[in-house]
Order: sequence, then C-alpha cells, then structure tokens
Amino acid sequence: MFSPVVIKMIVRGLGETLYMTLLSTALAYVLGLPLGVILVITEKDGLCPNIYLNKILNVVINLTRSVPFLILLVAVLPLTRAIVGTTIGSSATVVPLVIAAAPFIARLVESSLKEVDIGVIEAAQSMGANPKEIIYKVLLPEALPSLIVGAAIAVTTILSYSAMAGFVGGGGLGTIAINYGYHRYQKDIMFITVALLVIVVQVLQEIGMKLAAVFDKRK
Amino acid sequence: MKNKEPIIRLLNLSKTFRGADNEVKALEDITLDIYAGEIFGIIGMSGAGKSTLVRCINFLEKPTKGTVIFDGQDLSTLTRSELYKVRQSMGMIFQQFNLLMQRTALGNICFPLEIAGWKKTEAEARAKELLELVGMADKADAYPAQLSGGQQQRVAIARALATNPKVLLCDEATSALDPSTTRGVLTLLKDINKRLGITIVVITHEMSVIEEICQRVTIIDNGRIAETGNVEEIFTKPKSVAARRLVFPEDKKIEQLMGSRCCRIVFDGNSSFEPIIATMVLEFRHTVNILFADTKNIDGQAFGQIVIQLPEAKSVADRMIGYLRSKGLTVEEVDGYV
Ligand SMILES: Nc1ncnc2c1ncn2[C@@H]1O[C@H](COP(=O)(O)OP(=O)(O)O)[C@@H](O)[C@H]1O
Ligand SMILES: [Mg+2]
Repeated sequence: MFSPVVIKMIVRGLGETLYMTLLSTALAYVLGLPLGVILVITEKDGLCPNIYLNKILNVVINLTRSVPFLILLVAVLPLTRAIVGTTIGSSATVVPLVIAAAPFIARLVESSLKEVDIGVIEAAQSMGANPKEIIYKVLLPEALPSLIVGAAIAVTTILSYSAMAGFVGGGGLGTIAINYGYHRYQKDIMFITVALLVIVVQVLQEIGMKLAAVFDKRK
Repeated sequence: MKNKEPIIRLLNLSKTFRGADNEVKALEDITLDIYAGEIFGIIGMSGAGKSTLVRCINFLEKPTKGTVIFDGQDLSTLTRSELYKVRQSMGMIFQQFNLLMQRTALGNICFPLEIAGWKKTEAEARAKELLELVGMADKADAYPAQLSGGQQQRVAIARALATNPKVLLCDEATSALDPSTTRGVLTLLKDINKRLGITIVVITHEMSVIEEICQRVTIIDNGRIAETGNVEEIFTKPKSVAARRLVFPEDKKIEQLMGSRCCRIVFDGNSSFEPIIATMVLEFRHTVNILFADTKNIDGQAFGQIVIQLPEAKSVADRMIGYLRSKGLTVEEVDGYV
C-alpha cells in the first residue's frame, strides 16, 4: 500500500514521537513531582505550612497552564534555541513540552498526594517521623497507584501536545500528518499517522492502568 | 498502682482552636497525673475534647496554655528533633487503625523502627516478635486491606509497641470494632500492660471499655474535667452530672427508673451470679433493684434465686428478661411482689 520510503518515514516519525513524549514526560516529572509535593506540604494544614510560597506557586502554575500550548511553543522559541541550538525537530519540541507539562504534572501529583489518608500521616507523626520521612515513606509510597494513573494521563496528554507541535515543524507523527495530510492532501498517510497516534495513546494508557493495579495493595 | 510516679503530667492545659471568625475552646484547664504502669481511661461524649487531649500528650497538637510533662520532660522546651525522639517512646493507636495500606503487616511494624534508625534485618526480627505478641504471626505478609478490623488493630498495636514505648495512647481504639472483637483487643491491651508494664491511656466514649480495663478514669465534659477517680468509685457513686450521664444515660434517680415489674431468677449452678447482673446493667445502662436474694456461691457458680425489680421502660425490661434467658437462666415474672 505504501512505498518503503513512506513506511520508513512513518516508522521514524513514530520513533520521534515516542522519544519526544517519553523524554518530555520524564523531564517534566523532574520538575512537576517536587512542585506537586511542595504544593501539598506548604498548604495551611500541611507538613511545612508556608502560605506565601504556596500562593506564589499556585499563581505561577495557573498562569502557565492557562497559556495555550501553541502560543507557549512560540513564546519559548528563544529559550529553545538557547538550550537545544535549533527550534525545529523533536529535540527542540522537548523544551516547550516540558514547560507546558510540568505545572500540569504538579497538579496531578498534588491531587494524588491529597488522597493519602490524613490519619496515616498523623500515625507517622505520632511515631516521631519528620516531614522528610513522611514525604518519602508515607506520602509518595501510599499515593503510588494514584501517581501512576496520573503519569498515564500525563504521558498521553504530552503525546497529543507533541502532535500539535507538528504544526510548527516539531517532528514526529504530528509533522507527518500535517505535511502530508494537510499540505499535500495525502489522506491515506494522514490517516495512518493519526491511527498510530491513537494506538500509542491506548497502549500507554493501558500500561499505566495495569501498572497502577499491580501496585495497588488496597484491594 | 504501686508505682506512684506520674509518667504523664498535664498542668492547667488549655487548647483553643481559632478559626477565621470563631473560637473553639476544645480544652480548658486540664490538670491530670497519669501514673507509670496504670491503665488510665479518658471518657466523654463526642466532641468533649478527648482526641485533642490525647494529641496534646504527644504534642501532635500544641496546647495554647499549660504544660505537658512526659517522663520528667516539659515537652514545650524540646526542639523539633528532640520531640520526634520523645514521640518514639509514646505509641499511639487510632479508631481507624491508620495502617500504611501499601505495606504489609510486617512492613507496617518496621516503619517506626526505620524512623528510629534500626537496621533492616534487626527491624524485621523485632517486627516478627511483635506479630507473635499480638497473635498475628501468620499474617506477616498480608496487606491491611486483606485483614479484618480487629486484625488491623492488632497490627497497629504491634506497630505502636515496636520501639518499646513507655506509654501507649489509644484514641477510640475499639470504637470501629464489633463487641466480641472489642473484647479481644481490650484483653490484648490488658495483657500487654501486665507483661510489658507499659502505661496505657484509653480514650473512649463507651463506659463498658473503661469498666473492662481501666483502673482510674477521668471524665471530660465540654473540654473540662468533670471528675477523676477510681473506676469502681465513679461507676457506683458518680458525683458529677457528666459522670451520671455516662453511667446512667437518662440521668434519673434510680428510684425513678424502677417500674413495678419484678422477676424471679433461678440460678442452678450453670452461671455465676455477680457478672451476669453486673454485665446486664452495663450493657443496658439501666440499673435494676435487687429485692430479694438467696444465693450461694459454690466454686464461683451461683445457686439459689433472686428477685429483681426491672426498669420502668417496657422495652428495656422485656429485653432484660430476654437477655437473662439467653444466658440460660430460668426467669419468671412475679406480679405484685412488693
Ligand atoms: N483542628 C481543629 N480545628 C478546629 N476545631 C477543632 C479541631 N480539632 C478539634 N476541634 C474541635 O474541638 C472540639 C473537641 O474535639 P475532639 O477533641 O475531636 O473531641 P472528641 O475526640 O472528644 O470527640 C470539637 O468541638 C471540635 O470541633
Ligand atoms: Mg475523638
């Protein structure tokens, strides 16, 4: 149906998409996970209350989250160039993806950690655990299944952002879909790339849910 | 208690919660000594301030006023890390057990040991020892979700005892359990108190729990101490209104509670007389009037008969008769005995 050249291109696009998505997710967690933890512990009744820090973080996160991704993508171009050396291709797309995803992930982490039973935290405190021990030995492990579900949501969201980045030469399946489907009216290529995107989302989501179930000892 | 050394001293303790536009005086001027080795009860209605009080004892809640002295140390003078250290010598158990759901029973008991800096292998050995102590040796690898409430509370007790604390604080530890499981947990606590000599503070809203295991009790009403004393004393001669309300929920004079219905109970050696009447009074929270008794105690078994006057409320009286019959006693109503 497709020429070997096209197939090779699609396979490469798939590879790029996975590379962008997974690398961005990993880097976004490096930022978002601590941010989420800080959001939770600095709350009024948190482990280390600090309402000012909490307010500032909340405002910054809300601001970043309310900027549409395509605008953010363009807005951070200078930063992207400074870090990656170019503004096109999949490596360049990682920069705006991380910036867009980190606050989103911070919110996901925040809501997962808030699910942890306050009584369990109190029990840990009654045993003389300090805040750091409570974060590492109670909050994060107890929230693990929920954090994994959050990660599945994050990775699939980042995947769709990466496809959006295809509009501006971000590489991966998104760029192929735009170039062939939109600019050249090759609907079959566009169709196959979109189908691949759907499949990747399904697979990642499924893996996330399975993993969460495996790590969930509450049932 | 033989040892008259207070391990916990509360001096003029007050705690006020300040909201945006309201103030809750949860505790007011609480002064209390709890002696080493005793099982001490704190009882009161819901909202009386019991949980706040127990949380002040290990400084999970900082008192607004007053002093907490634990084992000779004024807790307010401690640095944070000193306080964390002191908490390792105060175990605590809760109504909802509060186990780590992502850890096994063994892992839960290892938790306080990890906090106290034990080596992993030593912690696990100690944890196994404790599982043995609470009769849960076969459940080491079970997750809390796989355990019943009573089993979870046993694991929680083992966890609280892991670091060899001097005091065990129990906040409504049996309130989520059914009566027979409650009895099992209370027996375990009594046993631990005897074997390890650990001081136990029991917070509850149920008089039966106090009666079952405590030697002394304080009654908290509206954030204040209503009465403190020996359990039997308070149970038989409650002085304060709050105490009377707990012992006799209706807070009426005994005479007023009595109806005209009487019944004769025949003891034929299948049961002991004292506990049955006492337990019935406890369970129903209604007293009965003993009009006539001719019983002999032979080897702890009762022979003979007694006549009691039942409470006025028909439903209570009927249930009491049912209760006595369910204990295998012969019960017959006698008209116009008096
Ligand atoms: N963190 C808190 N903030 C505000 N009010 C509180 C807080 N904790 C307890 N209270 C109030 O203090 C009172 C005593 O509560 P508590 O000690 O939990 O009672 P008990 O355990 O006897 O049921 C209640 O009126 C309760 O609403
Ligand atoms: Mg309470």
